[in-house]
Amino acid sequence: MTWVNAVVQGLLLGGVYALYACGLSLVFGVLRIVNLAHGDLTVLAAFLALVVGQALGVHPLLTLLVVVPALAAAGYALQHAVLFPALRGGELAPLLVTFGLSVVLQNLLLEAFSADTRSLPAGTLGTAGLALTDLLSVGWLAVLTLGVAVAVLVGLQLLISRTAIGRAMRATSDDPETAQLMGLDDRKVYAVATAIAFATIAVAGVFSGMRGTFTPTLGPQLLIFAFEAVIIGGLGSLWGTLVGGLVLGVAQTVGAQIQPSYGVLAGHLVFLAVLAARPGGILRRAERR
Amino acid sequence: MADSIRIDRRGFLRTVGAAGTVAAAGGLAAACSPGLQSPSGGGGGDVIKIGYVSPETGPLAPFGEADQFVINAMNAHFKQNPIKVGDRPFPVEILKRDSQSDANRAADVAGDLILNNGVHLMLVSSTPDTSNPVSDQCEANGLPCVATVTPWQPWFFGRGGQPDTKFEWTYNFFWGLEDVEKVYGDMWDQVGTNKIAGALWPNDPDGLAWGDPATGFAPEQAKRGYTILDPGTYPNGTQDFSSQIARFRDGAAEILLGVPIPPDFTTFWRQASQQGYHPKIATIGKALLFPSSVEALGPIGVNLGTEVWWSPSHPFQSSLTGQSAKALADAYTQETKKQWTQPIGFAHALFEVAVAAFGAVSSIDDRAGIAAAIAGMKLNTVVGPLDWTSGPVPNVAKTPLVGGQWRPGTATPFDLVIVSNTQHPDIPVGGAVEPLPAPAPPA
Repeated sequence: MTWVNAVVQGLLLGGVYALYACGLSLVFGVLRIVNLAHGDLTVLAAFLALVVGQALGVHPLLTLLVVVPALAAAGYALQHAVLFPALRGGELAPLLVTFGLSVVLQNLLLEAFSADTRSLPAGTLGTAGLALTDLLSVGWLAVLTLGVAVAVLVGLQLLISRTAIGRAMRATSDDPETAQLMGLDDRKVYAVATAIAFATIAVAGVFSGMRGTFTPTLGPQLLIFAFEAVIIGGLGSLWGTLVGGLVLGVAQTVGAQIQPSYGVLAGHLVFLAVLAARPGGILRRAERR
Repeated sequence: MADSIRIDRRGFLRTVGAAGTVAAAGGLAAACSPGLQSPSGGGGGDVIKIGYVSPETGPLAPFGEADQFVINAMNAHFKQNPIKVGDRPFPVEILKRDSQSDANRAADVAGDLILNNGVHLMLVSSTPDTSNPVSDQCEANGLPCVATVTPWQPWFFGRGGQPDTKFEWTYNFFWGLEDVEKVYGDMWDQVGTNKIAGALWPNDPDGLAWGDPATGFAPEQAKRGYTILDPGTYPNGTQDFSSQIARFRDGAAEILLGVPIPPDFTTFWRQASQQGYHPKIATIGKALLFPSSVEALGPIGVNLGTEVWWSPSHPFQSSLTGQSAKALADAYTQETKKQWTQPIGFAHALFEVAVAAFGAVSSIDDRAGIAAAIAGMKLNTVVGPLDWTSGPVPNVAKTPLVGGQWRPGTATPFDLVIVSNTQHPDIPVGGAVEPLPAPAPPA
């Protein structure tokens, strides 16, 4: 029973990691940029939700109505004004830009909100549990988070594979020059992709804030778990990101079941093992060479 | 990230290497000419330079939050009252550095302060992860150093100290495990339980010292009839505590005990609530010291217990400014619009010790004299009477410790109320120990 418990809690934890990783996976898949400010943007979204929630006195879930459009707009503007020009400067330039953005964001948040530990007040949703059996109880929030992660990833996958803008993204990502010849404005396509990615970051930020605590300097830690989920699942594959998140979550809880000190380590070991045995990730698509 | 860490580590090794060389050279020089007054590594000048290292950012940031306030107040105080050394008043410059909650970084900035800034005295605060590396750097470089907000066992034994061999340059004032064991045990005694305590020990110097099966909590509480259920240490930053929760629940641990960092306890306590683990009393070190951490928990934070090392109701006053503990806390609230936190008093007391030490020497460069002054110091401070001549081990002075619980406040969301003072009856209690609220019936 303890092992069943470990796996179930691991899957729920994996939902959190998958949600963290959505935006990172999309930005890499379409723009080929590793967004080092990903974790800090997630924290920014959580702080934004805190401010909105306090100002309007509403539940954190309702703040999504403000935070998601706000981050999407920020993503569009950032891509249009900063990242796109940087893409011309070679592969390293966007990486450095996002690294700089990460440092700037951390310090701005520290300046604005001090180093206090914060959390989004989720009320009973944050603490309510669902007893499946006498020995197995899961949190409603964790179940909801996993559901949202799956919904967001399925939604993104459908968007990319079925819609016109998704086709434009794939085309621009594969061959920008040819896509431009076909009349696609690559600058706009990239900006829309970033806006969508930032919208998922907003969702991740709000759920992360309800689940635990955040401080202005939490970003890099979130980035590591998101990064591992993306790599384990396969770079650029959204299904892979879901699988990667779940594998990472189960690895950590099963590791912790063996010995609590091995929890986080087990996640890192699985990450290394995947890198060594299957560098492309578990679900690397075959057609991508 | 990886790159910057690597550079940090390299920088750290470089600094340690340099420190070793300088210390060796200093030792040689001293051996050649015992009369040589000024040791290597700077010093001199017309200004007393005091280095101050604490975690301002990172997971331990709440510990360093009040430092800027204390240092501003001290700068103002020293402007009016320069420190008199050998009948000559000296202005004081306080060089504050951020450890970023990282032990390597703490050692780095300490090395920089010693070797490049030529500080005359080092002050360091907040958890072994900050105090130990900075103290080690000072010991290696022969610079007097005072540490606090670090229980003395992880500070003394964690750095290889032995009861019969003392450190030459580094000193600490705080309470020890024996105090927190008694305070927590006393709080547990006041609530009827099955005497089984689940322990959350992180894999850091605090967790290893508290959880040590021979010298930590277990043997002491066994004498009181309590059993400790220890699932093993976990790394800081753990995102999921289901395995610990399952073990505590299955083992019917009605007491929760631990010394996690603040974000980890919030994660744990929410998951415990979700997964149906409801102890009757919880005494948590480190994570629950700050109002912000308890506010982050919301309603499930009521009646959580922690140790109290300083509060506005402590009956002590500052030897520098004459402020009572309450006046100091009020000044903080007035200036920052924030609720008082425990490190305020200890950060202030560090400067009380510094001034007393400089007052006992005749040259600001007399490092040995300053160290000797601290070793023999007896001083009444805003955190209580300090006495380095009667510590449990050399280099350590103890401060009083009582126990508290978080209750819904009137002016603030939560107030820390002192509920156990059997060790120090002179510190007044504000209430009795109450059990944690019973879980709400399943919806």
